[in-house]
Amino acid sequence: MLILETKDLSKRYDGVAALDGLSLGIEAGAVTAVIGPNGSGKSTLVNVLSGVAPKTGGRIAVSGVALGRITASDVAAYGITRTFQEVRLFNQMNVMENLLVVLTEKNVFGAILERHAEKHARRAEELLRKVNLWEKRSELAGGLSYGQRKLLEIARALASGADIYLFDEPFAGLFPEMVKIVEGVLVELRREGKTVVLIEHNMDLIRALADRVVVLDGGKLLAEGATAATLGRREVLEAYLGE
Amino acid sequence: MDYFIHLAILFAIYGILGLSLNLVVGYTGLLSVAEAAFYGVGAYVTALLLVNAGWNFFAAMGVAVIASAAVALVIGLVLSRFGGDYYALASLGFGVIIYSIFLNWQAVTNGPLGIPAIPRPDFFGYVIGDEASYLVMSLVFLLLVYVVSRFIVRSSFGRAIRAIREDEAAIQVFGYRAINYKLLIFVIGAGIAAIAGALYASYITYIDPSTFSVNESIFVLAIVILGGLASLRGSLFGAAFLVLLPELLRFVGFPDTIAAQMRQAVYGVLLVVLMLYRPEGLTGEYRL
Ligand SMILES: Nc1ncnc2c1ncn2[C@@H]1O[C@H](COP(=O)(O)OP(=O)(O)OP(=O)(O)O)[C@@H](O)[C@H]1O
Ligand SMILES: [Mg+2]
Repeated sequence: MLILETKDLSKRYDGVAALDGLSLGIEAGAVTAVIGPNGSGKSTLVNVLSGVAPKTGGRIAVSGVALGRITASDVAAYGITRTFQEVRLFNQMNVMENLLVVLTEKNVFGAILERHAEKHARRAEELLRKVNLWEKRSELAGGLSYGQRKLLEIARALASGADIYLFDEPFAGLFPEMVKIVEGVLVELRREGKTVVLIEHNMDLIRALADRVVVLDGGKLLAEGATAATLGRREVLEAYLGE
Repeated sequence: MDYFIHLAILFAIYGILGLSLNLVVGYTGLLSVAEAAFYGVGAYVTALLLVNAGWNFFAAMGVAVIASAAVALVIGLVLSRFGGDYYALASLGFGVIIYSIFLNWQAVTNGPLGIPAIPRPDFFGYVIGDEASYLVMSLVFLLLVYVVSRFIVRSSFGRAIRAIREDEAAIQVFGYRAINYKLLIFVIGAGIAAIAGALYASYITYIDPSTFSVNESIFVLAIVILGGLASLRGSLFGAAFLVLLPELLRFVGFPDTIAAQMRQAVYGVLLVVLMLYRPEGLTGEYRL
């Protein structure tokens, strides 16, 4: 079953067609890797799907429901969450608060009269332990190391409790032990039946983690299908190795 | 002694203004330069209700708070279309507009001549006429505003506005409608500023537009920045410091007339030095 579909999706930045008539489908409950050379539109795809950048054409549907003019604050309601290629945390807030703000009530009055503080605190602790940041809970997010910041951003995405996770290069720049943690997170999400879209350059990780692969080139779909078969196709090898 | 009480009352009034503006600028990151407008709406509405309609002070203050909040709702809706530097400029524009309404809507505000003979508050038959009781009342309001502000910033709502300050696009991805939060805190800030306006009008017993010019907004901004962004105690500290500054200047030997004029220049120099060496303010943790 397809949980996310795009039809003729396009995104233009004055002059540049970052996405150019892209039609693809993301399988529910699977890990789909999105690959392609630098500048092929991978991050733009995530930005458009998460409402952070408005699309300039085409359609997006979640579980068969067409999204009209989506804005960033709408996508959470459709069960979509994401991380950013360039980590974006709430830097001058501490590690714990970075998660709590995602866990607590989202409407203004509910937020003033918070009623489930304890439950949220417990969930935040659980997530911080998972990414090995519990000891750092009172430190400012802006003061963490690069890898710790990436892990915190992943924990923040998990805190949203979404069904669809768009991870933009979550492994980039991580030490091996941190790579292990993120791998564990992805495996667990998959086991829970969540949908993961994973932008990644490392082929070993993709072979290990992804059920399916989508290959972009110049904002267009170059190939899609099961991991091993798709990675073996000649045009994919050329696009990737030719860069 | 009287003079000391006078300074303490000013401290309470500016402390309230500092707390109000810190919610908007320090916690939410909205660089508003319109504070004097809401301070002024509070003062004018209170003064008019006391002088023309013979209202009770506290009822007048309540209406002033609502009026100021309503004005802020309209202004805030327009401001929500702007970000960053444009926000500051647009809020400055609104500050100037409200100021010129005070100045030019003569039928109501009496224009540059202002409104004289504003009575002191009447608390169930007890007139808060002398300075000492006025100080007590002002401090009670300051405490009240402090407690409410602390509740707000420590709530989940307070965490959300700080996240908006840190990265508005990122927090929206998690389902927050940032515009609602920005509007509400702006309206709350304006309501609080009106309390200060009411206290000022009834204390000085005379108001005119000159008190509510852009200069005043910048003065309150200096309190917030000097004391520390996103630090409530800092705002109290900043208010105390800037209210006492002319006295300090006098104390270190500036003649009276010069001390008064030096004030503006010293604020300016202080702000520049602070921005250079301690952009988080004297007690704050955050930077703009
Ligand atoms: N905000 C923007 N403004 C202008 N152009 C942009 C913007 N974001 C992306 N682009 C352009 O769109 C194209 C696709 O960029 P995108 O970031 O989606 O690529 P990518 O596949 O994620 O690359 P990488 O592997 O380097 O992360 C590039 O040509 C890029 O320069
Ligand atoms: Mg990218």
